[in-house]
Amino acid sequence: MTRLEYTKKVLEHFKNPRNVGEMEDADAIGTVGNPVCGDMMELSIKVEGDKIEDIKFRTFGCASAIATTSMLTELVKGMDLKDAENIKWADVVKGLEGLPPVKVHCSLLAVEALKAALYEYYRKKGINRTDLKPRDDEGDEHHGDSEKACGPLI
Amino acid sequence: MKRIYLDSNSAMPTRREVVEEMLPFFTEHYGNPSSIHELGKKPRRAMEVARERVASLIGSDPSEIIFTSGATESINLALRGPIPFRGPGKDRIVISQADHQSVRATSAAIENSGLRRSVLELDGSGRISMEEAERTIGEDVYMVSIPFASHEVGTLQPLGEVLELVKEHGALFHIDLTTSAFQIPFDVKELDADLVTLSSVDLMGPKGVGALFVRKGTGISGLIKGGGHERGLRSGSENIPGIVGFGAAAEYVKQNMSIYSPRLCSIRDHLIKGLLGIPDSHLNGHPKSRLPNNANIRFDYVEGESMLLLLDMNGISVSSGSACTQKNLEPSRTLLSMGLRHEEAHGSLQFTMNPDNTMEDAKYVISIMPEIVEQLRDMSPLYNP
Ligand code: FES
Repeated sequence: MTRLEYTKKVLEHFKNPRNVGEMEDADAIGTVGNPVCGDMMELSIKVEGDKIEDIKFRTFGCASAIATTSMLTELVKGMDLKDAENIKWADVVKGLEGLPPVKVHCSLLAVEALKAALYEYYRKKGINRTDLKPRDDEGDEHHGDSEKACGPLI
Repeated sequence: MKRIYLDSNSAMPTRREVVEEMLPFFTEHYGNPSSIHELGKKPRRAMEVARERVASLIGSDPSEIIFTSGATESINLALRGPIPFRGPGKDRIVISQADHQSVRATSAAIENSGLRRSVLELDGSGRISMEEAERTIGEDVYMVSIPFASHEVGTLQPLGEVLELVKEHGALFHIDLTTSAFQIPFDVKELDADLVTLSSVDLMGPKGVGALFVRKGTGISGLIKGGGHERGLRSGSENIPGIVGFGAAAEYVKQNMSIYSPRLCSIRDHLIKGLLGIPDSHLNGHPKSRLPNNANIRFDYVEGESMLLLLDMNGISVSSGSACTQKNLEPSRTLLSMGLRHEEAHGSLQFTMNPDNTMEDAKYVISIMPEIVEQLRDMSPLYNP
């Protein structure tokens, strides 16, 4: 794989993203990123017992953002909340058989969105899980801070 | 699948007849033009013919053409070469946000080495503002560098007006002709620039060769030292096949521009009109005063790389001003300077043509694009119809 090229797996997810859309009866929605800085990711979850019953996403981002989030939703659908919390960007990247280095930050965004949704889910139940709290939940504060919204520049 | 190539700003195909002219200089006339023996003769002559052909494209004297390895090197030479000759108190360079990255990067390096730099912003149509230019260009400026047209959005720049200012303040004027030379005539006798950058690939010639026009009498020193080739301004054994091809391409362009440029204009206008039929789409750059081969359109709520890849899957090659397609993940400076927000720059696509493109190409793009935009808007959290 050259620095610029996506794997077949990424392109396949990009072309046919799984679990795209809004969720009417979502238990929680996590939104991260900032359109001012570039990317924006929205992830909705439906929880049944201790499991993520359903998950949907919408994104304003590149092919890598679409593919990584699609991959992530596949990984966590049906998963125990506990396990979902521990999903790492490396798991997503592995599932996609790699990403160009400059595009790895998009997979961080997918994971951040999932954490934000989980944080929101617990918050509604009166549990404050600060460890899951998104870093970037103060609106426009990070205007122009592309490191933050787009992840580390690799 | 048929491939429709609309990324001519990135690279153009080399014309077959150009390649034909180059071939003997690899295997038969491979001598060094500096050699006194028989094998030096042909390449030496061929190089001078090429120099005449390139000079003739811009109305200069052949002795004012310095061959380089391409536009980037020409720009480096143009911007840095005159520094040792600049007058007392002249320590500032002025460029614009319409410039190519190589002008930005070279001038930034000049700034880092202790001189100063001003960057002219653009108005909403992608043109530098003369008011700002008047405020900015002063006695302390040694060089003003402006492209003939904005690299990205294709808006033509007010070169004549800038030239007057430049002369008034005793500075040098460099024009980057890279994107316009194959499609709009230019003559150094009519526009009194001191330095002009030309690139072979952008004339449908081979890659890896370019030229800098240096007006007679301009104080300039070379950056690449060695055997003293190109009047001491650019050492290194000449890339003869490349230079021959460059000359052939310049000749082709000179003969054919008046035939294909109007055709490019009508394809461009058709493409723009068709794409603006998509809701929430906008033209970047000036509607009329723009390069014949450039259509730059932005589609709200969607990101450029995704569009680019979906077009690619449909056989269409374009490029994008989106941060996501840049190595440094920064959105296009040109688009931001024109007042676009980051997310607007994100959704911008650049369609650039060459004479091989046809009206059919434009029609095909127009037929494919709505579905792509719709597909991506459906998954965009910014889009709430
Ligand atoms: S979303 Fe911008 S680079 Fe991936």
